[in-house]
Amino acid sequence: MSIWEYANPKKFIATTTPLVPWVMGLAIACLVVGLVWGFFFTPDDFRQGSTVKIIYLHVPSALMAINAWFMMLITSLIWLVRRHHVSALAARAAAPIGIVMTLIALITGAIWGQPMWGTWWAWDPRLTSFLILFLFYLGYIALWEAIEDPDTAADLTSVLCIVGSVFAVLSRYAVNFWNQGLHQGTSVPVATGERTVSDVFFVPLVICMVGFGVLFLGLVLIRTQTEIRARRMKALEARMRS
Amino acid sequence: MMPDLGNYAAEVLTAYALSVGLLVGLLVLSLRRSRKVSAQLAEVEARKDRADV
Repeated sequence: MSIWEYANPKKFIATTTPLVPWVMGLAIACLVVGLVWGFFFTPDDFRQGSTVKIIYLHVPSALMAINAWFMMLITSLIWLVRRHHVSALAARAAAPIGIVMTLIALITGAIWGQPMWGTWWAWDPRLTSFLILFLFYLGYIALWEAIEDPDTAADLTSVLCIVGSVFAVLSRYAVNFWNQGLHQGTSVPVATGERTVSDVFFVPLVICMVGFGVLFLGLVLIRTQTEIRARRMKALEARMRS
Repeated sequence: MMPDLGNYAAEVLTAYALSVGLLVGLLVLSLRRSRKVSAQLAEVEARKDRADV
């Protein structure tokens, strides 16, 4: 069996529909456990005080904001190379989720930054590239809405997605490229495994990261199904008019 | 059993309220649009079936 079978819209909907309740259930369970654990049952940090509790929202949302764009990049490339409509619609479906994740990361970062850095905002490399990523999300969504022909819209948004990927990469690695910024390095470096977060904060943080990731997956499935149905509806209406 | 958030209670509570609000809003809007489009598609398919007959 080939993965490309799922590029068939009917097959995609038939396969994912029974999965959605399980995925969403897992996402909500992880988010409730992780956030309740982090908010109620973790101590204050000796330096950050109770603002450390914002980490359970900020880190997973920032992670998913960048990963959502990479998922859109992969599905956009699949569209450009293989012309599978489901992949273009999955990219479209992911964008509003990605923009909400980006917004949460920006808001929680600003709220944390005010008491800790003494400012809501700094033109720091990571913050700036993240803001540009937010603007790319806005542009991506606007472009889909602005173009009538869905194939042309998919082509142009795919190109925009490729260009915007530069800022997704910069958002993740800006602290490694430039060291003059305020933003600290990653708390959970995957490559080295040398994390700087104590276990007492790390376990609920990982649960929240899993929760945000699975929530993203569930929402992408729901929204992709919606986009497939909306596309079919437009096609049927056009056929009936002609 | 609200934890003592000290001097930063406003910041922490605002961050949680806004984030949870945005996530719930996204979920509700996604589900609502999904239901609406499904119903509209069913209606269009029914119209098409009637037209075909």
